[in-house]
Amino acid sequence: MPQDRTFNVLWLQAASCGGCTMSALAAEDGGLMRALGRFGIRLLWHPSLSEESGAEAVAILDDVAAGRVALDGLCIEGAVLDGPDGSGRFQMLSGTGRSMKDWIKTLAPRARHVVAIGSCAAYGGVPSAGINPTDAVGLQFAAWEPGGALGGHFRSASGMPVINISGCAPHPGWVVETLAALALDDTNPDDLDTLGRPRAIADHLAHHGCSRNEFYEFKASAARPSDRGCLMENLGCRATQAPGDCNLRRWNGFGSCTDGGFTCINCTSPGFESPAGPFQETAKVAGIPVGLPVDMPKAWFVALAALSKSATPQRVRANAHADHVVVPPARRPPKLP
Amino acid sequence: MTGSPGTRLIVGPFNRVEGDLEVTLDLADGVVAEARVTAPLYRGFEQILLGRPPTDALVIAPRICGICSVSQSVAAARALRGLAGVVPPANGRLAADLIVAAENAADHLTHFVLFFTPDLARACYADRPWFETARRRFAANSGEASRLLLPARTRFLHLMGLLAGKWPHSLALQPGGVTKAIDRGERMRLLAILAEFREALETHLFADRLERIAALASPAELDAWADAAPLDRGDFRLFLAIARDLGFERLGRGPGLFAASGSFDLFRPGIWSDGAHGEFDPAEVVEDVASAWMNGSTAAPFSGVTLPAPDKVGAYTWCKAPRLGGRVAEVGALARQVVDGHPLALALVGRSGGGAVLDRVVARLVELARLIPAMEAWVGALVPGEPFCVAANVGDGAAAGLVEAARGTLGHWLTVRDGRIGGYQIVAPTTWNFSPRDTAGQPGALEQALIGTPVRPGDAAPVAVQHVVRSFDPCMVCTVH
Repeated sequence: MPQDRTFNVLWLQAASCGGCTMSALAAEDGGLMRALGRFGIRLLWHPSLSEESGAEAVAILDDVAAGRVALDGLCIEGAVLDGPDGSGRFQMLSGTGRSMKDWIKTLAPRARHVVAIGSCAAYGGVPSAGINPTDAVGLQFAAWEPGGALGGHFRSASGMPVINISGCAPHPGWVVETLAALALDDTNPDDLDTLGRPRAIADHLAHHGCSRNEFYEFKASAARPSDRGCLMENLGCRATQAPGDCNLRRWNGFGSCTDGGFTCINCTSPGFESPAGPFQETAKVAGIPVGLPVDMPKAWFVALAALSKSATPQRVRANAHADHVVVPPARRPPKLP
Repeated sequence: MTGSPGTRLIVGPFNRVEGDLEVTLDLADGVVAEARVTAPLYRGFEQILLGRPPTDALVIAPRICGICSVSQSVAAARALRGLAGVVPPANGRLAADLIVAAENAADHLTHFVLFFTPDLARACYADRPWFETARRRFAANSGEASRLLLPARTRFLHLMGLLAGKWPHSLALQPGGVTKAIDRGERMRLLAILAEFREALETHLFADRLERIAALASPAELDAWADAAPLDRGDFRLFLAIARDLGFERLGRGPGLFAASGSFDLFRPGIWSDGAHGEFDPAEVVEDVASAWMNGSTAAPFSGVTLPAPDKVGAYTWCKAPRLGGRVAEVGALARQVVDGHPLALALVGRSGGGAVLDRVVARLVELARLIPAMEAWVGALVPGEPFCVAANVGDGAAAGLVEAARGTLGHWLTVRDGRIGGYQIVAPTTWNFSPRDTAGQPGALEQALIGTPVRPGDAAPVAVQHVVRSFDPCMVCTVH
């Protein structure tokens, strides 16, 4: 679809690790710039990609703040730091003498859309973990609570709330596709879930398409890192609760968290950074995992788990506790009717 | 505001570095007389980690940095390994080495294509004979180098998909090895990925065999190689022609003490200064907080604390100042190659008297040329069917984990008490390179390197200053964490 209109994006890094940009840079199909360019998306300025530095960069921000340059998308990567004592001084935008918090509050009302890139910008994320030493919040949420840096009632010029491309880091496709839909005017408030996430992504679960599915079905569980079995029962996997099409697409060409042998930490959800117990252990009460698959009644889970464990084929049981296939599927000719 | 009240110039936001950076320059006679480097973002990872279960560091620490993520993982895993008393199986070590090497190699390419060379395409160089070529190849966003090599980088990172699930922020690197065992088919895919990346580098970046680049042994050989073809035959050659014209061999001289903790059993650990090699002893590392917005006093990392003091008088950055035996050290690819005794790196720092812009960029690309063949050998050494990981139980105690990230030596100093993290101190590569003045008044490595850098009158963002700063490939998010 040829796009003759330009969709201007200003991308700023608040309290971020830069990982969302690094992830996005690995966009397939010719690279990030071409992937965005196909939809008419142009970066006014990006901290890792643009030529302009120092005064030249400040001039661009000033132009947007003054309304001299139209801003279609304000992309914020990283949490907004409110501290110390509400001053925002834990992150000063260098060369400007102003806090990043202050800049974001100045620029956000100018933008047709405000997009949180990653879970830090969406909900606070890892910087808000533990004692939250910097009073880190998301743009429109502080963990599950509406509010954040811009306030729960904030709406950008388009009338939309902040669009939260959560994930730590989000898949490059999530960034490209969400911005593309905005550039094509193909996003409505109904397309977001109650936490501001695009439903195109968040209506799926990370569990969908997990390559460990046969082990999940039989509750043939991994006991230690590198085991091939299901990671849910012992190793803390939250994929049956985590919004995202993580296993319906590939990460870096071939991977996903569960394919990589490690547990889903539900990084697309608010508060993922502060689980009740260790990330890589499943919290249990009386042997039953506390975090059951979403929408699943506990009694059914217990009954089905007991039944499926009793029916586990020897092949599945053996392979669950190995890091490679030790028992291959049986080879038998098909049965004749 | 960016501007120059009197002879002071404040440069920021300093982009095409990872994270937030501001540089304050005092000018005299058209050059930088003094520089102060400010890291203006504090997130508090060392505070966030306190009180958590020790293995949670494997989730939290990588998220310090999106560009050195698996290096942070490995440092954490090694510190935890020290408290678990386990040794990863050979496959686990090889796979972890491949993951770290992939990050280092991808970062070196990212630095050259995205961060450093776009400054060579700036309009201020329009009068140079190489400008049209530089503009065509290196221009930010639109240059051919980024259009060709970024997709190659994306394809190369497929290695991360196979070995680590994803990049950045993987949980594959564990104290006992890696969580992903590679099967026979995946081993072939890894070899194919490496072959494709080699081809891209040998076609576009080097226009020559990697082995030829790695074997360049002296500045004379480097010059002869550069002169053997037109300057648009490979982006490395174009860079060398520009570097010669702009005097990069004299620009940005560092402190002259290089340190590296050794990596992959490929690059030796050690220190080097004034022509002499020595031992690298992590016990000689201290962090000084004289110029940092931090309370406390100079301390070794095992006894160090992180107590932010935003109103501290006389401080100008969130960055502590690591010192090695009281001295300012430079870390990174140049340090690794010098310490390892690579003849070209040694000759370059001998000529510059302590490392220059040219030396840093060349060392990074030479290292890239050395890494890929090593990675090919490591993939060949993987034995599918043999273990990749052993179980590990982390006990109480204190242990350090060191690793060579792309930008240099990274250390995590971990203390576990009663099954919880009681202390966690991180000293990252750019903490070394971009440290502020210490109690003795010694400026950090970049602060020293900027002295004498030319600044034209009225130039608000002096390009030579940008070359010096970016030659270190700073990672500011790691710096302060």
